Amino acid sequence: MAEQAAPAAVLAMRAVSKTFGGVQALRDVSFAVRAGEVHCLAGENGSGKSTLIKIATGVYSADAGAEIDIAGRHVTAPTPGLARRLGVSVIWQDLALFPEMTVAENIAFEALLGARPRLASQRQLRETAERALGRLGVTLDLTAPLRSLPIAKRQIVAIARALVGETKLIFMDEPTASLTRNETDHLLQIVRNLSASGVAVVFVSHRLAEVLEIAEAVTVLRDGGLVGVFPAEGMTQSRLTELMTGQTFDSAVSARDRGTAPAVLELRGLTRSGEYQDIDLTIRAGETVGITGLIGAGRTELGHTLFGMNRPGRGEIRLHGKPVSFRSNKDAIRAGIAYVSEDRLSLGLIQPQSIADNLALPVLDRLLSLGLISPRRKTALVDGWIRDLAVKIGKPEDPVSTLSGGNQQRIVLAKWLATEPRLLILDAPTVGVDVGARAGIFAIIRRLAEQGLAILLISDEAPEVHFNADRVLHMAGGRIVEEFDPRETSLAALELAVYA
Amino acid sequence: MGPLQSFLKARLGTEVIGLGLFLLLVVVVFSLLSDRFLTAANFGSVAVQLPELGLLTLAMLLPILSGGLNLAVTYTANISTLTLAWVLQANGGPEAGFGAFLFGSVLALAVGGASGFVMGAVVAYSRAHPILVSLAMMIFLRGLGEYLTRGGDISGFPDFVAAIGHGSILGVPAPLIVFLVCVLLWQILLGRSRLGFFTYMVGSNIEATRYSGVNTKRALTLIYTLSGIMCAVAGIVMMARFNSVRVGHGEAYLLITVLACFLGGVDPFGGFGRVTSVLLALVILQLLSSGLNLLGANQHLSTAVWGLFLIAVMVLRFAWKRWIEMRRNGT
Amino acid sequence: MRNLVRANATETWLILVTLVLCLFLSLATEQFFSLVNFTDLLNTSAVNLIFAMGLVVVLIAGGIDISFAVAASVVQYVTALALMSLGGGNWALGFIVAGLCGIALGAVNAALIHHFRIISIVVTIATFNAFFGLLMFFTRGVSIYNLPDWWSDRIILWEYETAGGAWAELTLPVLVMSICVFLTWLLIGHSSTGRQLYAYGDNPEAARRVGINEAAMQYIAFGWLGLMLGIAGLMQVNYAQEVVPNALFGRELDVLAAVVLGGARLGGGRGTVLGCVLGVLLIAITENGLNLLGVSPYAFKMVVGAIILVAITLSNISLETLVRRRA
Repeated sequence: MAEQAAPAAVLAMRAVSKTFGGVQALRDVSFAVRAGEVHCLAGENGSGKSTLIKIATGVYSADAGAEIDIAGRHVTAPTPGLARRLGVSVIWQDLALFPEMTVAENIAFEALLGARPRLASQRQLRETAERALGRLGVTLDLTAPLRSLPIAKRQIVAIARALVGETKLIFMDEPTASLTRNETDHLLQIVRNLSASGVAVVFVSHRLAEVLEIAEAVTVLRDGGLVGVFPAEGMTQSRLTELMTGQTFDSAVSARDRGTAPAVLELRGLTRSGEYQDIDLTIRAGETVGITGLIGAGRTELGHTLFGMNRPGRGEIRLHGKPVSFRSNKDAIRAGIAYVSEDRLSLGLIQPQSIADNLALPVLDRLLSLGLISPRRKTALVDGWIRDLAVKIGKPEDPVSTLSGGNQQRIVLAKWLATEPRLLILDAPTVGVDVGARAGIFAIIRRLAEQGLAILLISDEAPEVHFNADRVLHMAGGRIVEEFDPRETSLAALELAVYA
Repeated sequence: MGPLQSFLKARLGTEVIGLGLFLLLVVVVFSLLSDRFLTAANFGSVAVQLPELGLLTLAMLLPILSGGLNLAVTYTANISTLTLAWVLQANGGPEAGFGAFLFGSVLALAVGGASGFVMGAVVAYSRAHPILVSLAMMIFLRGLGEYLTRGGDISGFPDFVAAIGHGSILGVPAPLIVFLVCVLLWQILLGRSRLGFFTYMVGSNIEATRYSGVNTKRALTLIYTLSGIMCAVAGIVMMARFNSVRVGHGEAYLLITVLACFLGGVDPFGGFGRVTSVLLALVILQLLSSGLNLLGANQHLSTAVWGLFLIAVMVLRFAWKRWIEMRRNGT
Repeated sequence: MRNLVRANATETWLILVTLVLCLFLSLATEQFFSLVNFTDLLNTSAVNLIFAMGLVVVLIAGGIDISFAVAASVVQYVTALALMSLGGGNWALGFIVAGLCGIALGAVNAALIHHFRIISIVVTIATFNAFFGLLMFFTRGVSIYNLPDWWSDRIILWEYETAGGAWAELTLPVLVMSICVFLTWLLIGHSSTGRQLYAYGDNPEAARRVGINEAAMQYIAFGWLGLMLGIAGLMQVNYAQEVVPNALFGRELDVLAAVVLGGARLGGGRGTVLGCVLGVLLIAITENGLNLLGVSPYAFKMVVGAIILVAITLSNISLETLVRRRA
């Protein structure tokens, strides 16, 4: 015990437990970070990572018995203010910034806190902000409202805010989730510089490659308990996955040739200016075509066009050999196209509404009898799909938000399969889905392909398309630049092509 | 939880049970305080008063469920009935026939629908906040009505108009019949129709609903159009009751309709709420008001009690939620 | 400069529209461009501007208040009764009683919102009915005309006889209004508390995480509106020279429309003192102009309603299409 609280540890937590409404989120966990260290906190959704961060920063209080030392000082009950004064900052996944306020105010917000009213000097705020940005070697327009900045620059603002004052430790919760590769590289460089200047960084990311690239040590949590602390050196992605899930996964390429099947979708020279250009693509019945590439490569935009959410500027879309043009996604759905959005939380499902209603929404027309919704048909539909896709639910009347990410994604799949599509577009189908549950989702997708469904699988994770698609297209700068056959190309070669 | 309790809960929802208990409480307290409370005469007066507020509340309910608000309900009702009044006047005033009344009523419904249509279209296509859009529409309609009537009353209708307002069929007051029919229509609309289903979904998350292939712009426009038509029905019933039309009739009902919806457990952000619980809330409000009336209080005290009652119910709901959370944490 | 315009797009638009309107009215009517008319405009708008200064703070903090106008009526009555029982009182006492009474009513709203987690529109619709119903019940709708002289006397701070023999004058409510505008500008634009209010309205979850005191935010926002509605009530009596319990009924929605026209956003985080002033004045100038153009007074509201409807539609549509084209 004594050596863990040695002066070099900027944060030492021992015997931390936390219970929410009868559910144990953390169970006797220890966690320690040395000054200047880059430490990774790894675990699946719900493993307790966020709870641990919130306890360390005083947002939640731990159950009795926990011991917390920050910067060598024993802290009985951290509050956000105290944690901050002792040099602990957090960059939340949602950044927790103020879009209507200026960049300077967002960075130097701490100067505005406190109960005693005083004049807020914009000049002082700007100076503080400038100093913080200076440490990052970045310049930004300090008087611009934050909402006018792209996401990557907002990330910089959030880091700059965390650096104001005597910061010794920064928690970064999924900082790269919405960054492109270049932006991520820039961020990782910033993390290295911070570490070199003596600031410790705790990095939370679901992108394991990134984690292993940047971290010195990895603390793994599973189901609220500590699995262990491991040096990053010598750790592999598959070993880390095993530690996080407690299961082993063997991935095998599932690609097959569908050369003779009739074409379901054909794109010829499809172009939408500023988004994608000259897309030629054919997907045959039963074929899974993967598109991978960096964020901003035009993948999601292409998916939106195929789903009728926007119109192409030029080129042709053919479905079953006939040219089509969609006025809205309603037309696309009627033509047999389904689209699983990358944003399940706010676009894929209506979170507060029931599982049954979410399932019924796109196929409501088929549940009508005499113009009214038939409860009997609705129950039959819902029960059927829940059984078919083996979704674990309580009652169909429960809100969708009560389900885990993996089960929610099954509901999304069910909702679209109910429309009897002939082309299924999957946009980042495993975002926020645990590693363990991903395999189940892809098993369903493979079964659908066997039944003759044409699938377009869009993902920024090269392994996902490599193992699950029949052909892989690499998209960059709005164009399809290369095609890979997973059976003839190694994953490493694909990753090199996409990320280099 | 007993089997009866869980059966009731599944059929009606906790909201209806809670409000039912409140209703019982109100009835018991007032029947102890006044021996005239549990009489046919008292329930008769409740039955006559309920429809005006009730119909306007139905008009308010749809927009709230869709995540909005319609602050123009009362003036839409006024403007619609002005149309009917003019048709009657143009056809001889007191001598106008029933045909003229029917024609005027259809026109009134069309005017109400048109007002709602404009609001719905602006809300749907400009994405302006419904409170603003309907507030602007309210100011416009009030101005329009005052301009057209110069702030005066229009009266002098055929006798059967008053008969509709005060008559009864098999002992049930005619306005109450109109109201109950509309309640039934709304119940079917919200419980079983496509548009009703979309209303709830749009209220919870309009973008996700659009991604599921629903024409949300059309749905929003229709929701407000139906709200406007219901305003016109309320206006016609009010006209028959007062036997006159004045811009500003029922003005005080505006915020009461919102109050009734919230009391009925409708989510202020949209997406959740049932016709039955709103109906219960309306009955409670009217019983409170008639009970206080029997005890010698005036309408103003009732208004105050309505406000305080809403606060009390919201505080109790808060305490109930807390209690459930605590109980869950305890076990 | 570009940032200034971009950050204050609404204000820029309002200034342009107001200028064009003023130019048109100056050319179309003889009386509009005159000192007498301008001072009149200020005298009649003073009360609404004071209300607006309070309401905008609540909107910035992410709330809404429907009850403030009837609360001001309650304040008027309480102040009148209290002062008369104290033997008449004076301005200092009047401001203290009205201010405290207003703050207390605001605190009732804040307490219900914060401690019982009821959203502001539900709370204030309930308190609107409670305040108004209780006021009408206890006063039986009776007005008070017999007010202390200091309160009901017109106090002219500045006057000037124009060439035509008409008097241009500024009255006390204008001075009080100017002070309220200045204080509100200081509070929301230039104090740490004001910036916390913006932050809290803009992103409450983030505000919680950086350690902003939520209770303080609610009490400050509704307390400030309470103070303003107390003062506005006091000034409205000075202007109208009587206390009528239902005189301010319905005023809440007019002020709300003006404040929102001035760029404050329902939902919080956006709104400025300048925008508010412009919103109130634009509506006042429109009504004034219609009057001078000889339009029937009954048509004023109709035109104002139509203008707000068009303004809301246009501002939202143009932004929307711009964003779409860029994306």
